[in-house]
Amino acid sequence: MSEKVLMKGNEALAEAAIIAGCRHYFGYPITPQTEVAAYMAKRMPKIGGTFLQAESEIAAINMVYGVSSTGHRVMTSSSSPGISLKGEGLSYLAGSDLPALVINVQRGGPGLGGIQPSQADYFQATKGGAHGDFHMIVLAPASVQEMADLTVKGFELADKYRMTSMILADGTMGQMMEPVSLEYDIKPAPEKPWATTGTKMQREHNIVNSLSLVPEELEKFNIERYKRYDEVEKNEVMYEEYMMDDAEICIAAFGIAARVSKNAITEARRQGIKAGMIRPITLWPFPKTPFKKAAQSVKQFISVELSMGQMIEDVRLATECRVPVTLCNRVGGMIPSPEMVLEAIKEAAKNGGAR
Amino acid sequence: MAKLTFKTDNCKGCGLCVDVCPKHVLQLAADKINKKGHHPVEAVKEDECIACAFCATMCPDCIIKIER
Amino acid sequence: MVVFEKPHALTDVPMHYCPGCTHGIVHRLVAEVIDELGIEGKTVGIAPVGCSVMAYNYFNCDMIEAAHGRAPAVATGVKRAEPDNIVFTYQGDGDLASIGTAETVHSAARNENITVIFINNAIYGMTGGQMAPTSLPGQVTQTSPYGRDVTQCGFPVKVCEMLSQLDGPEYLERVAVNNVKNVKNAKKAIKKAFRNQIDGKGFSLVEVISSCPTNWGLTPQNALKWIDEKMIPYYPLGVYKDRSAAKEETK
Repeated sequence: MSEKVLMKGNEALAEAAIIAGCRHYFGYPITPQTEVAAYMAKRMPKIGGTFLQAESEIAAINMVYGVSSTGHRVMTSSSSPGISLKGEGLSYLAGSDLPALVINVQRGGPGLGGIQPSQADYFQATKGGAHGDFHMIVLAPASVQEMADLTVKGFELADKYRMTSMILADGTMGQMMEPVSLEYDIKPAPEKPWATTGTKMQREHNIVNSLSLVPEELEKFNIERYKRYDEVEKNEVMYEEYMMDDAEICIAAFGIAARVSKNAITEARRQGIKAGMIRPITLWPFPKTPFKKAAQSVKQFISVELSMGQMIEDVRLATECRVPVTLCNRVGGMIPSPEMVLEAIKEAAKNGGAR
Repeated sequence: MAKLTFKTDNCKGCGLCVDVCPKHVLQLAADKINKKGHHPVEAVKEDECIACAFCATMCPDCIIKIER
Repeated sequence: MVVFEKPHALTDVPMHYCPGCTHGIVHRLVAEVIDELGIEGKTVGIAPVGCSVMAYNYFNCDMIEAAHGRAPAVATGVKRAEPDNIVFTYQGDGDLASIGTAETVHSAARNENITVIFINNAIYGMTGGQMAPTSLPGQVTQTSPYGRDVTQCGFPVKVCEMLSQLDGPEYLERVAVNNVKNVKNAKKAIKKAFRNQIDGKGFSLVEVISSCPTNWGLTPQNALKWIDEKMIPYYPLGVYKDRSAAKEETK
């Protein structure tokens, strides 16, 4: 049993990145993820790494692009408005098939929004987030331990599939403190023969590039990339099922919403309502199969979100609208209370007769 | 005496080399058209070339090789 | 004996530039410098967006294609991760002095140990001749059809002068490639800018006044004259900053 230490989510994430071999961090201050940058600023110089406060989010993501081109593990972190600025770089990373880890500790939006927790960047994260056909692997932690674990996982997946992994957290995950174990068996990163670190006059020059002016070629690149995405969908889906064996009401929730929902489910069960939860850990690829399977026995789904209803669309798609999917949500930095979720469960039980 | 070699197919016929040659060795071949559709450069008085390499210095397409 | 031939650091791929465009000259100068310094095997070039977007096909060293204006940030990443690599960016005026101004200014302010080759031809070439941040007052372009009106769209950005106000950068020089003498000077400056990086001196930028015959609507020959008549008077050639030389003098 490994030793546990009490850490803030943002700091556990930063330390896990270092453990995973990340020696290069670029960022720009924005609440509520600044602890990641502050932690990196302290640690990186001591371990021979790079911490650089970039002039902008745009510069930071392009510095990431540069490091990634050399084959090193690299990350940047930000919060919602900053991620929008990084959008350009995310698209270029995808177009050039470069691995990277990007952290979004979400806050309320749109626009400048607020600084309290939110999950309103779900669409942005899971549906591409910038121009062109592409996906990122989107990981949603629901504990400080997962902030760290998914960071390590994120680097591994990014390297394996040559794409960007994004940790889609929220202010609560970043700010809260929990005991965490940071013992990992880090596998060496795969060979990167495509990296641009000089030809040493021993090979043809490598080119990292997203431009192809011949439509047939560009089409081919897109199709090949999507074949890789298919592999990700086949191999890397992660989710947690909670009390789903006999569940008649199924909550769909991730991150802080899932934690709140667990409390509500416990109380619902105490009151005799068979409630359960499917918690997607990978938001892309979305765990379609467990939802589809649940739709055969569940009478109603409730998507609990800190948004105006974004993941609910994927739940409806995955369940092929066989049973009703309702929304239980707060936005703008507000978090649904366990009582509010319990009410939604009770309402569903009344309508669906799930007692 | 200098020897001039041209990658004629890469010539775009801009004539910057022609203008800069102090010995008027070069001209654009009015009777020839290369793959790109340009009148390429040719040496008309190669024996007068002093290998100053002014032509190659101004050639944007690096098509001139000069040997002495 | 070979007096002149294509440098090794240039590939055999024919360049796509218009007839008489001086991009090709500057490409060759960079390649000659890479050859002479013997650094091709450890050089990484960053191509911009603009006419020289496909520069990655023309250099034999490893190449990266950056987003519009972001080459100095990409170069920063490469250099920080692999300090032994020699990293250069090759950027036009729209890329470096308009959309990428922040990346330019801040990489200079950090004295990032990279080499920047900046092509100033006072126009957007690739997109068909629109007004650039460096277009001259009164210059007619597709998006300033009545001439650049400085009361509406402001004055040209003088990059070397602007950056010279910063404490950060090591070396800033403006050169031109419109005649043999200027081309030779341009090569000296480019070589110095690469050597500075090898010596760990920091941010070195060479602004090259170049021609765009097609979008200026001039013959290649007249375009070179236009550089003398219009461009150089507005953008005087010379060294705008050379910290090491200045230090030597004060010794």
